[in-house]
Amino acid sequence: MLLRHTSKEVKEREGLTINPAKTCQPIGAMYAALGIHGCLPHSHGSQGCCSYHRSTLTRHYKEPVMAATSSFTEGASVFGGQANLLAAIETIFSVYEPDIIAVHSTCLSETIGDDLQQITRKAKDDGKVPEGKYVIFASTPSFIGSHVTGYANMVTGIATQFAVSTGVKKNQHNIIAGWMEPSDMREIKRLSKELGVKIVLFPDTSDVLDAPQTGKHVFYPKGGTTVAELQSAGDSLSSLALGSISAEPAAIALEKSCKVPFETLDIPIGLTATDRFIMALSKVAGVAVPDEITAERGRLVDVMADMEQYLYGKRVALFGDPDQLIPLTEFLLDLNMKPVHIVSGTPGQRFEKQMRQLLDARSPETNFRNGLQADMFLLHQWMKNEPVDLLIGNTYGKYMARDEDVPFIRFGFPILDRIGHSYFPNVGYSGSLRLLEKILNAIMDRQDRDALEEKFELVM
Amino acid sequence: MEANIHFPDPSKVREELIQKYPAKVAKKRAKSIIVNDPQLIPEVQANVRTVPGIITQRGCSYAGCKGVVLGPTRDIVNIVHGPIGCSFYAWLTRRNQTRTESLMDANYIPYCFSTDMQEENVVFGGEKKLKVAIQEAYDLFHPKSIAIFSTCPVGLIGDDVHAASKEMREKFGDCNVFGFSCEGYRGVSQSAGHHIANNGVFKHMVGRDNTPSVGKYKLNLLGEYNIGGDAFEIERIFEKCGITLVASFSGNSTVSQIENAHTADLNVILCHRSINYMGDMMETKYGIPWMKVNFVGAESTAKSLRKIAEYFGDEELKARVEEVIAEEAPRVQAVIDEIMPRTKGKTAMLFVGGSRAHHYQDLFAELGMTTVAAGYEFAHRDDYEGRHVLPSIKIDADSKNIEELKVVADPELYNPRKTEAELEALKEKGLEINGYEGMMKQMTKKSLVVDDLSHYESEKLIEIYKPDIFCAGIKEKYVVQKMGIPLKQLHSYDYGGPYTGFEGAVNFYKDIDRMVNNPVWKLIKAPWEKAGNGAGLSASYVTQ
Repeated sequence: MLLRHTSKEVKEREGLTINPAKTCQPIGAMYAALGIHGCLPHSHGSQGCCSYHRSTLTRHYKEPVMAATSSFTEGASVFGGQANLLAAIETIFSVYEPDIIAVHSTCLSETIGDDLQQITRKAKDDGKVPEGKYVIFASTPSFIGSHVTGYANMVTGIATQFAVSTGVKKNQHNIIAGWMEPSDMREIKRLSKELGVKIVLFPDTSDVLDAPQTGKHVFYPKGGTTVAELQSAGDSLSSLALGSISAEPAAIALEKSCKVPFETLDIPIGLTATDRFIMALSKVAGVAVPDEITAERGRLVDVMADMEQYLYGKRVALFGDPDQLIPLTEFLLDLNMKPVHIVSGTPGQRFEKQMRQLLDARSPETNFRNGLQADMFLLHQWMKNEPVDLLIGNTYGKYMARDEDVPFIRFGFPILDRIGHSYFPNVGYSGSLRLLEKILNAIMDRQDRDALEEKFELVM
Repeated sequence: MEANIHFPDPSKVREELIQKYPAKVAKKRAKSIIVNDPQLIPEVQANVRTVPGIITQRGCSYAGCKGVVLGPTRDIVNIVHGPIGCSFYAWLTRRNQTRTESLMDANYIPYCFSTDMQEENVVFGGEKKLKVAIQEAYDLFHPKSIAIFSTCPVGLIGDDVHAASKEMREKFGDCNVFGFSCEGYRGVSQSAGHHIANNGVFKHMVGRDNTPSVGKYKLNLLGEYNIGGDAFEIERIFEKCGITLVASFSGNSTVSQIENAHTADLNVILCHRSINYMGDMMETKYGIPWMKVNFVGAESTAKSLRKIAEYFGDEELKARVEEVIAEEAPRVQAVIDEIMPRTKGKTAMLFVGGSRAHHYQDLFAELGMTTVAAGYEFAHRDDYEGRHVLPSIKIDADSKNIEELKVVADPELYNPRKTEAELEALKEKGLEINGYEGMMKQMTKKSLVVDDLSHYESEKLIEIYKPDIFCAGIKEKYVVQKMGIPLKQLHSYDYGGPYTGFEGAVNFYKDIDRMVNNPVWKLIKAPWEKAGNGAGLSASYVTQ
């Protein structure tokens, strides 16, 4: 047993988090900044933060993840990190030549009270930012929120520090990507193109974190939302924010700064969330949904109908991030499956309320908890008390899955031991079909493995 | 020794590496980029601050303390006091394998413990929450030991983890609770954390159990972290030779082993950088000499075993060691014979760790490959130039912040295992007793030594030298591979290993052969991208 010290008896904890279902804000900020073309993320803190975030993102994507650090030492921690950040900005522009440096703070720089707005302004005033280049920032102390809110803060920083309203509207709509994979972002762009809607998607990590092997390392890969696109976001007709936790704050900021109206949707994972996304996009742009998309939808529903017997009543435990868990839970309910236990380390009443709404209507007995001590240790204890047929979550779930001998699907962040998430989406009808295929394979492989010889089926 | 492969003019390379830097940065970096001469051994600037904004391989003090040194001991509950990230990122990512004797034995390595510090804890102090967390860990698991690790904000807000640990230790009575002030901003790299970890383990663990250990040749293995099962292979070889391993610092180790370590008669050190402090302190307090060994590489393993036998000076052991080497060597040689024709003459670069960039050169040499450039992430001058430079190393402000324990001989337990004269005689025989010659003496003339290599410099080096393989860590892995050069991770071994001992050498040879000769590197260009292919220029079939 790998997790041999996890007992069945659940005791409330107040101080100790065990096996967290979240990580800290800065990594989210780093990920978001990678979705801007020509941008170098910069971690304003000690070296370890930057190293850990780069390592985790690299293990998840198996791709180069470039980012710099202010390399705090004890001196900087006592006297403030301004000198380090100013020096870093100068070094980065001369050595790594980005168009943009996206600075995020850490628990260290926040605790000592470094003001990123003031320091980045000083860098500009001191002439350390070359003409036509930018330094943007986001405040992401690790002792608030989670990696998801860190992502949201950087996306908000991107929206407010680039978008301008020229007074002349453009026939385009913003799609603010909640935390999703490059494959998902690519799929969002494809669906919008199918619909004939011109969009500005940001951030956009496709063609950044799924770059092709060419024999050359391209420091700033061809993907990422461009500065011109970001600036034009202030003139867009509307914004669709995909995810109330990770995307909506940027949409609100954009409404405030540039008067771009917005609507918040779930990330389109699963049938009904994708339906809402397609409907919303078709409505804001006044376009009819093309037959090809209706056919994609039909293929998904077809499989749902054909394979329903393998899904019905299957008990599922899941953990991860709010904006993915909500539509995923809804999808499981649409599949006639039973979400039994759900945890997310990301705090926030908004998520709790949305999840409660969804569950109260369709599965009121589901165990659900988020925020402090809503960790994988608790989830595991719940699983020991009320066993499940399937576990869905990030790679760390494999320890529970092995101990409890439960089929396991990797979903969310980070996935450290499999590939696929960067290349094959979970969003849209075809992405949902892939997710459904994974769910079916997990369940049916288990049925095959456990079947008595006389009950072993050829056709399923 | 001068390599028989062509080196670009190293002083020109050096110029090229720094020309793009702002003047001040260039001046600083120039001191860390050195053209080697194994006879003269020039000075390398090391263990100094990384210039802010430079994309560095380095991590932090916490990573060195919790991640490297304390992480591998399976039965300590390691609670990270701080926001969630630090504990999350160090959770199982270093591949420290461990093997319990039964399912009843404690193993907390698959767990991640954190106080998940929130804003209110930063504002009003986090000690209260820490004590609650310690109590909860105790109630849930009743571990032998609980260790507390401070992250950046903890030091700044003034939480006293040592006082909290002491209070809880006294409260429990049967659980050793102790803390580490290993905030990420201390020192200039992981290295500071190693030192802090050594101090804490020495103060709070070593010497707690005086039960005499049993065995004829008793030693501790220092600076071995059982990544990919390295310690398992060394344990296998020790057992075969009849050598008793009292404690490992800290691969595949337990609290009781470490508490009893001072009953051994020799400390052998693998990773000099991360654990040499422990060797020195145990020698001063208990009279146990330490000796530098290297179990990376088949020849190095054989050499190290012979040195151990020489230290114990026992003919029976010497004979047994020769038997074991004779038994193991043929299968190693068979693999070398098979692989060497495909690897001979190829070149490698190693930029990793604080010892690995040195140790792994032995394995490449065994494959007939030359190391054209190497350097460490977080080593000190002595790891490059040898310990004889120690007195001349300037102590700067960053090093001053790391406590130097004042260790004296233990009035009861100090027992010099060898007399001064005996030690001198052993040194004469080439044993690195309390010594380490460093990396540069072994490297060829005109090879390049670069400390704290930056991303920019690594790309330049690859462009200039076009090595057949590059060794570094996860952050560099896919950058280098995008350039069409295979990268061998020498922290995680690309999830393979073990690479120590005889079995490990075989694993490594095969992995390197597979990597440098993999057909994928020749498949990068599409057929239509290759010159003279004429694809798409004229149609083979056209409508008339």
